[in-house]
Amino acid sequence: MKEMKFYGKPLPNVEIEPYSGKLIVIEGTDGVGRSTHVALLRTWLESIGYAVLDTGMTRSVLAGRGIKNARAGHTLGRLTMQLYYATDFADRLENQMLPALHAGFIVLTDRYIYSAIARAVVRGADPEWMRAIYGIGLVPDAVFYLRLASVEELAARVLASGRGFDYWESGMDLGLGNDYYDSFIAYQKLLLKEFDRMSGEYGFQVIDASRSIKRVENDLKRLITRVIESEPAGTEATVSVGGSPSAKENIPG
Amino acid sequence: MISYGHHRYPGRLFVVEGTDGSGKSTQLLLLYQWLKAEGYPVFFSEWNSSPLVKDTTRRAKKRRLFTPATFSLLHATDFADRTERDIVPPLKAGAIVLADRYIYTAFARDVARGCDRAWVREVYKFAVKPTVAFFFRAPLDIAIDRIASARPTLKYYEAGLDMDWSDDEEESFKIFQGKILDEYDHMVSEFGLTVIDGTQAIRTQQRQMREIVSRYLKEKLKEKVVLTK
Repeated sequence: MKEMKFYGKPLPNVEIEPYSGKLIVIEGTDGVGRSTHVALLRTWLESIGYAVLDTGMTRSVLAGRGIKNARAGHTLGRLTMQLYYATDFADRLENQMLPALHAGFIVLTDRYIYSAIARAVVRGADPEWMRAIYGIGLVPDAVFYLRLASVEELAARVLASGRGFDYWESGMDLGLGNDYYDSFIAYQKLLLKEFDRMSGEYGFQVIDASRSIKRVENDLKRLITRVIESEPAGTEATVSVGGSPSAKENIPG
Repeated sequence: MISYGHHRYPGRLFVVEGTDGSGKSTQLLLLYQWLKAEGYPVFFSEWNSSPLVKDTTRRAKKRRLFTPATFSLLHATDFADRTERDIVPPLKAGAIVLADRYIYTAFARDVARGCDRAWVREVYKFAVKPTVAFFFRAPLDIAIDRIASARPTLKYYEAGLDMDWSDDEEESFKIFQGKILDEYDHMVSEFGLTVIDGTQAIRTQQRQMREIVSRYLKEKLKEKVVLTK
C-alpha cells in the first residue's frame, strides 16, 4: 500500500487513503509510439495476472465528447481549451484512475498532466498557472518519457502509420509553418523542449524511442517489473475483474 | 503569457454578484436600460452562456456526473470562453460590458463545495479585473423567500444536494446558501467588492448603483463603438 501524494492540494471530497495499485504514465511527443506501447504493456501485464485500466486524454465521460466537438470546429479559444482539458483530466482522475488504484489495478495512462502542460505552455499559457491547476494531479508511481530527438523521424513515423498529419498534432493553430509538415516539425520541436525541461522537475525516466519497438518494449517491461515488485508480496491483483473499470459512471465520486 | 488581470482596455466592466434571490439581475437590467438610453454601447454577458460548453454542462447536470472539482473546472472552462469571446473583445472595442455573476460566484460556490480557496483563485487568474464589482447583500431568509416564490422546485446542484449535507432539499439549499454568503462576506475586503444593501427599495439600490457607475463613464465612450446587440 502506498500513501496518496498530490502535486498540490488534493481534490475536494476525495478520500485520501493508501492505495494498492500503481499509476504508470507513458509520456512523449506525437508519433513516438505511446499508444502502441500502452497496448503491448496492457496485454503483457494481463498475461502475468495484473488487472489493468488504460486511459488517455479526452477519454472522460464528462468532457471527452465536448472537447472532440470543439476540436473539430477549431472554435474554442486557447484558455478555454486548456481548461476543458483540465476538466477532462479531473473527471478521469476521480472517476477512473483513483477508484481503479484503490481496487489494486495497474493504471496505464497514455499522457498525463505533462502533455497538457507542455501543449498549453507552447501556446503561451503561463507555466505557473498550468502547474497550479494540475496541482490536483496524483504523483504517479513512474513516468516513462519516450523520447525521440529527431522530429523529422517523428514525422516519418506519423506518415508510416498511415494516419497522416492531424491539425492539432501539427500545431496548425499556432501558425508556425505554411503547411502541415513544416508546422509539425516546428511544433514538435517546441514540445520536445518543454518535455525536456520537465524531465528533471518531475523525475521522468527517459526511454530512447529511436530504437525498435521490441527493444523499447523490453526496457519498459524491465522497468515496470521493478515498479511492481517494489511492493511487499500480496499486492497482485488477485481480485476478480468482474466490474469493468471503464464503466465508471456508477462508482460514486 | 495569456493573463488579463489588470486590464488597460478602453471599455468598462461592471459586474453584479450576490446569492440567488438577492435582486442583482433586476438591478443589472435596470442599469442596462439606463446606459442604453444614455447612448452608451452596452454589451450583456451572462453566466453559463458559452454555447460550446453548454451541452456538456447540461448533460452533466442531468446525469449528475459532477464532482466539486469537475463542477469547478467545467464552469471555469465556460467562463474562459465567455472571457475570450464576450468580454475581452467588447472591452477592447471600448464598450461597456455588464456581467451577471462573475468569478466571485465561482469562488463562493466552489469553496462552499469544498474546493481549496487558493486553488480556485488560481484557476481564474486569467479573468479581467472588473471596473466595479457590486455585491447585493440580502439576509439569507429574505433571499430564500424570494427564490421559493419564484421557483417551485430547486435543482439538484443548485440545492447542493450533491454534498449530502441534508436529504431535505430545502434544508440542503439553506445550508449551501449560508456557506455561499459566508464566502461572499470574506471576499468583500479581499477583492474590494462594492456592497449594496439588497433589502432597500429597488429604486434606491438602482440610484446608488448609477451614482457609482457614472463616476467611471466618459462622454467619449459613447463614440467608441456601435453595437447592434
